[in-house]
Amino acid sequence: MSFINYSSREINCKIVYYGPGLCGKTTNLQYVYNRTNPDAKGKMISLATETERTLFFDFLPLSLGEIRGFKTRFHLYTVPGQVFYDASRKLILKGVDGVVFVADSQIERMEANIESVENLRDNLAEQGYDLDKLPYVIQYNKRDLPNVADVSELRSVLNTTNVPDFEAVATKGNGVFDTLKATAKLVLTELKKGS
Amino acid sequence: MVRPQIVMYEEEFNQIQDVCEKLVRDANAIVVFIVDKNGQLIATAGEYENLDTTSLASLTAGNIAATGGMAKVLKENEFATQFHEGEHQNVHIQIVGQRVILVVIFDERSSLGLVRLRVRKANQALNTIFETLVQKANDPNASSPLEEITDDDIDNLFND
Repeated sequence: MSFINYSSREINCKIVYYGPGLCGKTTNLQYVYNRTNPDAKGKMISLATETERTLFFDFLPLSLGEIRGFKTRFHLYTVPGQVFYDASRKLILKGVDGVVFVADSQIERMEANIESVENLRDNLAEQGYDLDKLPYVIQYNKRDLPNVADVSELRSVLNTTNVPDFEAVATKGNGVFDTLKATAKLVLTELKKGS
Repeated sequence: MVRPQIVMYEEEFNQIQDVCEKLVRDANAIVVFIVDKNGQLIATAGEYENLDTTSLASLTAGNIAATGGMAKVLKENEFATQFHEGEHQNVHIQIVGQRVILVVIFDERSSLGLVRLRVRKANQALNTIFETLVQKANDPNASSPLEEITDDDIDNLFND
C-alpha cells in the first residue's frame, strides 16, 4: 500500500508486473529504465539466475512529477513467472497498489496466461486483496510474433472484467509506457477515492 | 478502497530521525536506516551520501519477506533479527513492532555486541513512535493530501 510522507512531501506507490514465465515483464521494466531521464529513476535491480530468468524480483524506482506539492514516486516490481516460484510471487504482492498483467500473445501460451491470471487472483486473495477492486491493467505482449492469437480472443479469455488493456511489443517499447501510465493513473485515482 | 498503510507526519518523522542519528553515534555505525515492510525508505542517518539507499531499502524488504516466508514454513512467527557478516562491513537487521525494519551497517570500529545492545534500545523508542503514528493514521478525522487532488492534477502528470 502507498506510503504518504508529509515530512518529505512524497507519495510512494507500488506497481507489480505479473504474468507467465518469459512473457516480458522484465523487458517492460528494462525499456522503461532505458527510456527514462536519469533524474527520474533510480537503479534497476534484477535478482535473476545465471540464465537471466527472474529469481526473486526486478525493481525500478521512478519519479513521475509533483501533484499539489507532493512528489509522486512509483516502485515497479516484477515477479518471477515460472510456476515453481509461487512463494516468491506471493511475497512481492504484499503492499501492492496496482497490477499489470503481461500476457504472452502467442497461441501456445494461452494456457499459461490463464493459469497465471488465476494464480494472481488466488495469491492476491490470500493477502486479502480482490483483483476486481485493485487498479489493474492488462498488456497483450509480443504482438510482433507470427503465431499470436487475435486480441479479441485474448480479451475474451483474459479480460473478462473489461479493465484497460494495451497491445505491446515490449522489446521495441510499443505499448510499454501506455501500460505504465494507465496503471499509475488508476493507482492515483484509487488513492484519491480512498482518502 | 485503498487506505495508505503508512502516513508519516513531520513530528514523528523528526522523532524517528533523532532515534536513527542517536543510534549511529551510540553504536559507532556507518549508516542506520528504517524501511517499511514493502520496501519504502522511511529514514536514514549516518554516512549515506554515496549509498543507493532506495535499492538497499527494496532489497532489505525482499530479504525480510523471504525470511518471513521461511519462518512460516518452519511454523515460526518471524525471524526478528538477522546479521550479515562481510569482509569490511556488516549489516544488522531488526524487525520493529512487526511493522518496519531497522538496518544498521557497521564496520570494525564497532562490534555486533554493541550494535545489538543499542538496537534493543532504539527498538523500544521506535515502537512507541510507530504506535502513535498508527493511531494518528487511523483517526477518522485525519485529513489526507490526496483529498484535494483533482482528476486534472492526475491527468497533468501524464501530459508529455
